[in-house]
Amino acid sequence: MPTMNIIQAVNDALRLEMRRDPRVVILGEDVAKFGGVFRATSGLVDEFGPDRVMDTPLAEAGIIGAAIGMALYGLRPVPEIQFADFIFPAFDQIVNELAKFRYRSGGQYPAPVVIRTPYGGGIRGGHYHSQSPEALFIHTPGLKVVVPSDPYEAKGLLLSCIRQNDPVLFLEPKRIYRASKGEVPEGDYTIPLGKARVVREGTQVTVIAWGSMLHTALEGVDKAAELGISCEVIDLRTLMPFDVETMVESVKKTGRAVIVQEAPRTCGFAAELSATISERAMAWLEAPVERLCGFDTPFPYTLEHEYMPNGDRVLSTIQKTLDW
Amino acid sequence: MVAIAKNDELKRVIDEEGNVVKGARPPDIADEELRKIYRTLVQVRVVDERMMRLQRQGRLGFYMQSTGEEATHLAVAALRPSDWVFPSYREPGAAFYRGYELEQFIAQLYGNAADPIKGRQMPVHHSMNWINYVSISSPVGTQIPQATGMAMAAKIQGKDDVAIVYFGEGATSTGEFHVGANFAGVFKAPVIFLCRNNGWAISTSADRQTAAKTFASKAVGYGMPGIRVDGNDVLALYQATADAAERARAGDGPTFIEALTYRVHGHSSSDDPSVYRDPDEPKRWQQADPLARFQRYLGKKKLWTPEWEEALRTEFDQAITVAHDKVANLPPPDVETLFDDVFEELPSHLREQKEWLMAQPRTKSPHYFH
Repeated sequence: MPTMNIIQAVNDALRLEMRRDPRVVILGEDVAKFGGVFRATSGLVDEFGPDRVMDTPLAEAGIIGAAIGMALYGLRPVPEIQFADFIFPAFDQIVNELAKFRYRSGGQYPAPVVIRTPYGGGIRGGHYHSQSPEALFIHTPGLKVVVPSDPYEAKGLLLSCIRQNDPVLFLEPKRIYRASKGEVPEGDYTIPLGKARVVREGTQVTVIAWGSMLHTALEGVDKAAELGISCEVIDLRTLMPFDVETMVESVKKTGRAVIVQEAPRTCGFAAELSATISERAMAWLEAPVERLCGFDTPFPYTLEHEYMPNGDRVLSTIQKTLDW
Repeated sequence: MVAIAKNDELKRVIDEEGNVVKGARPPDIADEELRKIYRTLVQVRVVDERMMRLQRQGRLGFYMQSTGEEATHLAVAALRPSDWVFPSYREPGAAFYRGYELEQFIAQLYGNAADPIKGRQMPVHHSMNWINYVSISSPVGTQIPQATGMAMAAKIQGKDDVAIVYFGEGATSTGEFHVGANFAGVFKAPVIFLCRNNGWAISTSADRQTAAKTFASKAVGYGMPGIRVDGNDVLALYQATADAAERARAGDGPTFIEALTYRVHGHSSSDDPSVYRDPDEPKRWQQADPLARFQRYLGKKKLWTPEWEEALRTEFDQAITVAHDKVANLPPPDVETLFDDVFEELPSHLREQKEWLMAQPRTKSPHYFH
């Protein structure tokens, strides 16, 4: 089984699906000749040609608007937004148009568009290359939101996204694009959407994360293990619709929950998870559900290491739930 | 500003008296087709009058009339049924021409159980995939890049379908117009941009939307032809659209058509134009009425008689009454359908919300009239 990083796994998934399904097309800024600024679409134009891998003018609303029209006509567009921070010119096309087409047409016009975009901090990118905007899109009825945490997950989840019939925002954790490596099967496999993954079993605290924060969470959990604390770790991977059962069953077993999120705290997705756990596992909770988040500040440049959750903070948050 | 310009750069086929203008040649359209186009113009006029009355009686929550702009709807007559229409909210004639039934039209206005879109949008936001008439959106201009995308897809798949996208002159101020037109130019997408310059975007006059001399001149910046057409001359619109479709199918890319017309009534039933424009202004439109003009043309060709006119109006009046009687008192969509079509399948969180709602006592809509 080959070893890949996330970039290679995304590329492998796209290539495989474009060979399998002639309806799949890619469009975005610098995705063809250059293969994307992170090289996720590298080489695809050579195999599939400029009709299926399109370098577009520099306009996110145009990329998503055009992708919608393509999907209505029967294609399976996989547009790339170069950085999640640049997605906002397309916000109306995503929120009011793409996410609502099936509903507002009474089911006449499904719009299966999978938007891939790198997100998250830790790459010294400052405000415009670091944000984690998932909550804005999870709050958008009609849109699915999926976040892989390693190469195996990236390929299997992306293939599932392209093969189903709803619009998806596929957020790729760019901090670990190359740092996360692992074995990825050659050929076809899928990972079902809407199902979380128990990454590590444990008994005292449930730690929930997604994307690059899964790795931060594991750092903290490893430190906790050295102190004899047993944590169960859940990779949520599909944020909408999210797997309530896996999360709640775990908390019922451990009695404690820590949610690790890179995005700002207030109205972040961790708040929704915290509320869900509190509503469904109140009688099992030994301590309040804790959130470890980014701050309610714009994403900083020089001080990003202070902004981002890290392993030590994960550990101290785990300890807080145990000391309560 | 009244956007009924009469300068020579406008493409025209027939004048106000229904005579073919000097140097023009009417497009080659069979007599039966000419009569169908006229029928549809009359249908829009009669339907608008009746629906507006229902709105004023408090039966419909909202309505938008097309009076004065009907000819622009019939641009679709120059296209094939397999071509796609990306409408704004003021082109019901394009849908009627393609066979949208009055029962469905009226049910959509009521948002009831017979509404093809299940009561999901407010009146006039139709959606009919069976006639390639894409779902109408309220935010202005959003359909423009989508039309370009559909046209790009047709080209990618080697099909010769084209897209026509309708929008008002106000929409040319949006970013979406720019990106849609720019993408179309760059990819040589087979799309026709039909700009209805009706002089007004709610209360904002056309001269507040651009400092350019004409809207058609914007096409230059996107590398496509921009032409100005008398938007009250249905034959000129037909010809311009046919030419644009031919270019598109030949692989020569998009065309921008500025159709100069006039919004005779308010923006919608909620609007009051007397606040912002000279009440005499619409009177000047009478001589440009696209129906009267085409009627005179057909009269000269012996394709129109006063008897036919009366028969047509009676036919539509009765058809509206029959359709209205059939659907107006239908119940709202089943409450369960509130959760359908958010996604293809119902996820667990929506299933739970649906179960919760179904266990609640039913509430009565203060806005639903029976």
